[in-house]
Amino acid sequence: MANDTDSRDKVQDSPQLPKIPIFIMGKRYMVPEELTIMKAMEYAGYQFIRGCGCRMGVCGACGTVYRKPGDYKIRVGLACQTVVEPEMYLTQLPFYPANRASYDLAGAQGSAEEIHAAYPEVFRCVSCNACTKICPAEVSVMDYIAAIKRGDLELASELSFECIQCGLCVSRCMAELPQYHIAQMARRFVGAKLTPKAGHLREQVRNIAEGRYKDLMDQLESASKDSLIELYKARQWEPAKEGEDWTPDDHRGLLS
Amino acid sequence: MPYPQYLKDLIKRVEANRARHVALKREDDDLPFLTLEQRQSYLERFHPDYKTGPQIRRPITVGPSKGYSISPEIVDLLEARALVDPDKLDLSNPDYDVDVLIIGGGGAGSAAAIYARNAGASVMIATKLRHGDANTMMAEGGIQACDKAQKDSPYYHFLDVLGGGHFVNKRSLARRLVEDGPDAIRWLEGLGVLFDKFPDGRMKTVHGGGTCRKRMHSASDMSGAEIMRVVRDEVRNLDVPVIEFSPAVELIKNAEGHCAGAVLYNMETQEFTVCRAKAVVMATGGSGRLHIQGFMTTNHYGATGDGLVLCYRAGLPLVFLHTVQYHPTGIAYPEQAEGLLITEKFRGAGANVLNVDGERFVNEREPRDVEASAFIRECTEVGKGVRTPTGKWGVWLDSPMLDLLHGQGYVAKNFCGAYMLLKRFEIDISREPMLVFPTLHYQNGGVDFEADCTTQIPGLFIGGEVGGGIHGENRLMGNSLLDINVFGRIAGANAARFAQDSAVDAPLTLDHVRRYHQELEDAGIVTQRRAPVLLPDYTTPEVKERQLETHYLGNLR
Repeated sequence: MANDTDSRDKVQDSPQLPKIPIFIMGKRYMVPEELTIMKAMEYAGYQFIRGCGCRMGVCGACGTVYRKPGDYKIRVGLACQTVVEPEMYLTQLPFYPANRASYDLAGAQGSAEEIHAAYPEVFRCVSCNACTKICPAEVSVMDYIAAIKRGDLELASELSFECIQCGLCVSRCMAELPQYHIAQMARRFVGAKLTPKAGHLREQVRNIAEGRYKDLMDQLESASKDSLIELYKARQWEPAKEGEDWTPDDHRGLLS
Repeated sequence: MPYPQYLKDLIKRVEANRARHVALKREDDDLPFLTLEQRQSYLERFHPDYKTGPQIRRPITVGPSKGYSISPEIVDLLEARALVDPDKLDLSNPDYDVDVLIIGGGGAGSAAAIYARNAGASVMIATKLRHGDANTMMAEGGIQACDKAQKDSPYYHFLDVLGGGHFVNKRSLARRLVEDGPDAIRWLEGLGVLFDKFPDGRMKTVHGGGTCRKRMHSASDMSGAEIMRVVRDEVRNLDVPVIEFSPAVELIKNAEGHCAGAVLYNMETQEFTVCRAKAVVMATGGSGRLHIQGFMTTNHYGATGDGLVLCYRAGLPLVFLHTVQYHPTGIAYPEQAEGLLITEKFRGAGANVLNVDGERFVNEREPRDVEASAFIRECTEVGKGVRTPTGKWGVWLDSPMLDLLHGQGYVAKNFCGAYMLLKRFEIDISREPMLVFPTLHYQNGGVDFEADCTTQIPGLFIGGEVGGGIHGENRLMGNSLLDINVFGRIAGANAARFAQDSAVDAPLTLDHVRRYHQELEDAGIVTQRRAPVLLPDYTTPEVKERQLETHYLGNLR
């Protein structure tokens, strides 16, 4: 193994590590200067139950707000992605209450009006942009809310795609919207109702359900290991540069 | 943490060769694939699974797979006592009573919940962290399915799965995986998952390592996150109760030997509660956070192999756990992001893997275990790895090639997760290559189960990464998101059917735990270890030493 050193997340302490002071919920700790907030808190002795998830910036568990002395700005970051800074004082917001409207997707049309009916408060938005400013995933929250108000669900879907549903937008909203739930409904409407379905998918589901591959698969399932290896080696490779319409010369394993 | 100057200087070698590499890629002029014999040689000499010695594997001394040699990190959990004392818990007055209990709130558990609920069962999910806190959320590249009949079929998908798994997969499981694939995609499409599509609705599909056909469906490089948040939203629409921060710490059986519920542990109030259920779906996921062989991992904070422990104590054998998947491309720099997953889709889309000289050394689409072995070989035997500032190794993944191949903005749009992540560290992956090295990624093996998700214990069903056999000794990219959906759906539907048709009402018991404790004692294993551990242990030894009176139960204080 090339990387012999223990690569666990656990920080190896040493007196040589340059340390800086940070304030976790107001309390001062000295931590190594290159750590993320998450690893710094663990270094300080915290064991997370809440406030820690994927540790790679997509799950929304570790939203963190902080300020720095002499600076009025409220700052934000994911604890797992943000490197500590001297004198920062921080708190995690692992949960923020946000009401969600249940809906029957199968029975829905996929219209903006249905979203407006489920979340009438969407029109309370005054476009203050506090949501966008606090978003640690750099999603244009205010813009997707505006798109939903206008009825442009495709745009809302595109703008909100990188939302990690951490809830920090909800914490800052003067109109008291649950933005990320509204966006989720819009994206599902776009995916399920407003985007053309894949025809080839239905065709293949039908082929399989009708048992058209059954004999072929029975043979494969009971083949000897050696003959499987031969069949494996004989597979024709779809060239990477070929487009959608490529078809193989070798038709074994296919219908037709 | 932008690249330091010496790495920027090394990147110039990559840049010097880039135009040539792009031209070769346009002509499909890749390095040839290794032969099966060469692959075997790479694996035996460089793959972590093939190292030997007591630090690498140890036989399990008790239980249904006694004598099976696997990673000592897992054996330690199996040779440990339960968190709950069976003599102290009153089972006669359950706190929850449902038809189907689902343990685990990731992709498999959520799919199971939807299918069980829609089959008319009363359903509850108990999960260790939040609903959706799971490896599913972190899957990036995509989901395989053979749904383009003019060029693909279950035949080719099956051969790819078997070849990737060294031809030892449990074939009935692999067959079910590939035959149910297209319907799983159809189901997700219907739920509103935003797959990458052509304007007419056809799915955009690309290659993954070891696939002979382009069958990888995706949602940018957030495929898992998109699927997870959609199925979670659907669970919420169905009003299925989800008990968060309450992992199952023991399965409960009844006097007939059926699985009949679980003991839950509220991690916040430290209470144990009892859930009685007519059927149980085990969907706890993997075990990357056990850091096998000290490897960094791509896995979720909660991936501590809890389901393996619970099922094993209840009497189910473990299979294929002698292999672990190391994803070839985990981030090697910057240190803050170390181990994080860089999706295989970069290579599928045409990015080259390059050594310190900026030269190619392996085809980018070998199966994962072979690809990872080739990286390790290049850094060790060949001596052409790239040293990180902290003395670790990496190789280049030349992501800027993709903007040249597919047009400017391609990387930022199609790999928004990785692009954003590294941008925070002042590395622009549309202009600079990434430094990568293999990282602990997937539990290939797990609990033995059947294609209808049943097990040797009536009433206990398996879904997702906790199960073993589908992928044999090595999983291909895109088959895990498929696995959780295919087998999650089956587990949920069949658990609901079992609850209606086959469940029997009999007194609850933890006698299997008592027997397991006895077996440990008979084997001479005297230990303070408790399992499941529930959370990884990142408290520094210095802090632990000062916690004079702290009592640790497993890794929990």
